Amino acid sequence: MKYAFSFLAVIALILIAGLGSQIPGMQYLFGVAIPYLAIMLFVGGFVYRIIQWAKSPVPFSIPTTCGQGASLDFIKQDKLDCPTKISEVVGRMFLEIFLFRTLFRNTKSEIHNGPKVTHESSKWLWLFGLLFHYSFLVIIIRHMRLFVDPIPFWLSAIEGVDSMLQIGAPTLYLSSVVLLLGILFLFGRRLINVQVRYISLNNDYFPLVLIFAIAVTGILMRYFLRTDIDIVTIKSLALGLVTFSPVIGAQIGTIFYIHLFLVCTLLAYFPFSKLMHMGGVFMSPTRNMANDSRAKRHINPWNDPTIKPHSYAGYEDEFREFMVDAGIPVDKELPAAKDEA
Amino acid sequence: MAVPKLEQLSKSVVQGPSLSTGAVPTKDWTDVPAIFKPGNYAYQAKQEKVEYLNSQEGLNFPNAREWSPEDDDWKLPENWQDIILKGLRERLDKFRSLKIFMDCCVRCGACADKCHFFLGTGDPKNMPVLRAELLRSVYRNDFTLAGKLLGKMAGAREMTVGVLKEWFMYSYQCTECRRCSVFCPYGIDTAEVTMMLRELLHLVGVGINWILEPASNSNRTGNHMGLQPHTFKDNVDFLAEDIENLTGVKINHSFNRKGAEVLFITPSADVFAEPGLYTAMGYLLLFEHIGLDYTWSTYASEGGNFGLFTNNELMKKLNGKMYAEAKRLGVKYIIGGECGHMWRVIHQYMDTMNGPADFLEVPKSSITGTTFNNAASTKMVHISEFTADLIKNHKLKLDKSRNAHVKATYHDSCNPARAMGLMDEPRYILDHVVDNWVEMPENTIREQTFCCGSGTGLNTDEIMELRMRAGLPRANAVKHVIDKHDVNTLSCVCAIDRATLTSLMNYWNPGCNVCGVSELVGNALVMDGENRQELDEGLRTLV
Repeated sequence: MKYAFSFLAVIALILIAGLGSQIPGMQYLFGVAIPYLAIMLFVGGFVYRIIQWAKSPVPFSIPTTCGQGASLDFIKQDKLDCPTKISEVVGRMFLEIFLFRTLFRNTKSEIHNGPKVTHESSKWLWLFGLLFHYSFLVIIIRHMRLFVDPIPFWLSAIEGVDSMLQIGAPTLYLSSVVLLLGILFLFGRRLINVQVRYISLNNDYFPLVLIFAIAVTGILMRYFLRTDIDIVTIKSLALGLVTFSPVIGAQIGTIFYIHLFLVCTLLAYFPFSKLMHMGGVFMSPTRNMANDSRAKRHINPWNDPTIKPHSYAGYEDEFREFMVDAGIPVDKELPAAKDEA
Repeated sequence: MAVPKLEQLSKSVVQGPSLSTGAVPTKDWTDVPAIFKPGNYAYQAKQEKVEYLNSQEGLNFPNAREWSPEDDDWKLPENWQDIILKGLRERLDKFRSLKIFMDCCVRCGACADKCHFFLGTGDPKNMPVLRAELLRSVYRNDFTLAGKLLGKMAGAREMTVGVLKEWFMYSYQCTECRRCSVFCPYGIDTAEVTMMLRELLHLVGVGINWILEPASNSNRTGNHMGLQPHTFKDNVDFLAEDIENLTGVKINHSFNRKGAEVLFITPSADVFAEPGLYTAMGYLLLFEHIGLDYTWSTYASEGGNFGLFTNNELMKKLNGKMYAEAKRLGVKYIIGGECGHMWRVIHQYMDTMNGPADFLEVPKSSITGTTFNNAASTKMVHISEFTADLIKNHKLKLDKSRNAHVKATYHDSCNPARAMGLMDEPRYILDHVVDNWVEMPENTIREQTFCCGSGTGLNTDEIMELRMRAGLPRANAVKHVIDKHDVNTLSCVCAIDRATLTSLMNYWNPGCNVCGVSELVGNALVMDGENRQELDEGLRTLV
């Protein structure tokens, strides 16, 4: 029932924001103070985590080679899966980060009577993972319209594409629907796939439920509770926040405070959670290193030069007699045999 | 331990209640203790082996004692918890991989069914993600803000004896094969996690004999088998005699010879037992065929490195002999035989740990003139690279019909495939030495290859059932090509494989031989001045 806890936690957050923002004078806390705090925690925490990671060295060159390495001229190298040049590593990382290439490779293994072990391609996680992340990205970019004035052309263009189906008024954004679908898949998968269910922690359900609540409150605001909020006041608050001169308007709407508070929670939670995979994926040594450790020496800063092999001299001392008997060359001859005459 | 009959185990892996057959455990994994009973663990290291290693300069193997995993009391040092946590802190500071792998996992489960141990046992803690969670839960508890604030709620666990026992059980049910790392979207490599777990366990005197005894042997005698110099020489001499009996060709080989052009190092198992012996005969024939100026060494008579399965210090110390001997003998470069984990150490660790090898030259084949730029710094060439180059340059007289008795398939060993990228060189060789060879199904070869199930020092007989279970995915893919293409030979480039796949085939696919690629090369070579008997089974023919 780990997921139940996550729902409770998010409901509590919603109540805090919903009720709290109603208390006179608290709008400033929810509209200004908490957003600033959340941003500070997010940026500070993110940077702190990256620095913490970077402080530990990469002592050995440990790329996971997923294809043929560079060797003889007539053996064709798989440059993306077994890169040796920086440009090839960049290519590998680009496809990993932007197209989730590794998940594309995913298989599902099953054991049938016989026994017969099968490994079938399974791309669902790749597909929905990709949809989830990209729709989230588009939504974040769309929200930039709140922080800039006038709206730049490229932003309007993205919005245009996102609403190209022209459904309803205000027009439905594809990203809203796709994000919800992505969340439902990822959440459903955690419940239905027995293996994933068994490994899932609170830490896994909570961000999904939180993002789900953020998406739902956003959708409510845009499509269903539009009259409850004042978009002009929201925009002036947002502009005020980024220019460090925030102004809280009177009729901003409770649903907005809930939405904003949940976003703040996500931002503050981010650096202290698994969501840091966003930063970690860039720094994973098995993916971001070139497979050239025999061609170029990789340096380990803590390599201990005092660790020496058991010496040849010590070895020969122990076995010299046997070696001489067997005709194996030795560095030091046996002492002349004692005269026993 | 008696191994269950084939029919029993065949049924058990499909129907036995386990997470891989769809039965959901009723208890949370944190509430399931590790219970040791005969057959489910590899024997603890003998006191004298631990004492010996601990006495060696630069090594730390404390708490040597008589103990048993089956006992409640493991006779840990009084402050064992501090030792472990301090050890973990130290390793977090030394390995970025460990920090990232502790922090980034999202538990997407992509790795879950990629592990041969999980597929064969169905034990949830053999899912790579849970294996890592065994350590991650402790990491959260003591090293993360969320864990400190929220405890169990955030998936944190205190370091207890129970947790330590789990670490022991499951870090020795992982062969560090890296298959999970191929499928992890962040490249999280369970091999790194397992290595850290094993290092931490050694800090409190918890290790297995099948690893520490060969490692001690290797330190003292130069090889895992404990062969002393004269015995090592005798063994190779016997192989040379066998070759002479079979082919009429006299082999000129030497030991510890200063001034040779090349030092040749291969796993000692190749000169010790079947079927590795035939692979070693292949090397001898090949070098004779091209007249290579090379020497064996009795001091550096081990290609493998069981230090890799214990800790960094021991790995470095054992590996150091290769360069030390190359320097002493004054060779130009080193050729390494067929071995999996040996090549992980050479390719990814050796130059970093024991380089720079500035006393050696960039390897250049004196036969073909090819410079091996991919080994420009390490100065060590893989026998398959060396052989493939010879074939490409038409330097070998090969007669494929001499392998007419062979219908082969090729097993990519974990480390050459996933920690080196050596995949097509052996295939190129196979194309030229056998008429008939086929690939196993695509999700079981190359970077997706399945481990033999007994790597990283787990090839010990007391855990035979576990090994047969863990080897099932590999064996099953072999069975596929046996049924479909009448394959009778499983070729590979790994000494551990040659031993372990033999047991695995005898169990799951009786009648299928296991061989090194170099054995097939040796079979096919047309030697100058040969006086060859009818060798219906190549070098294995009894005459």
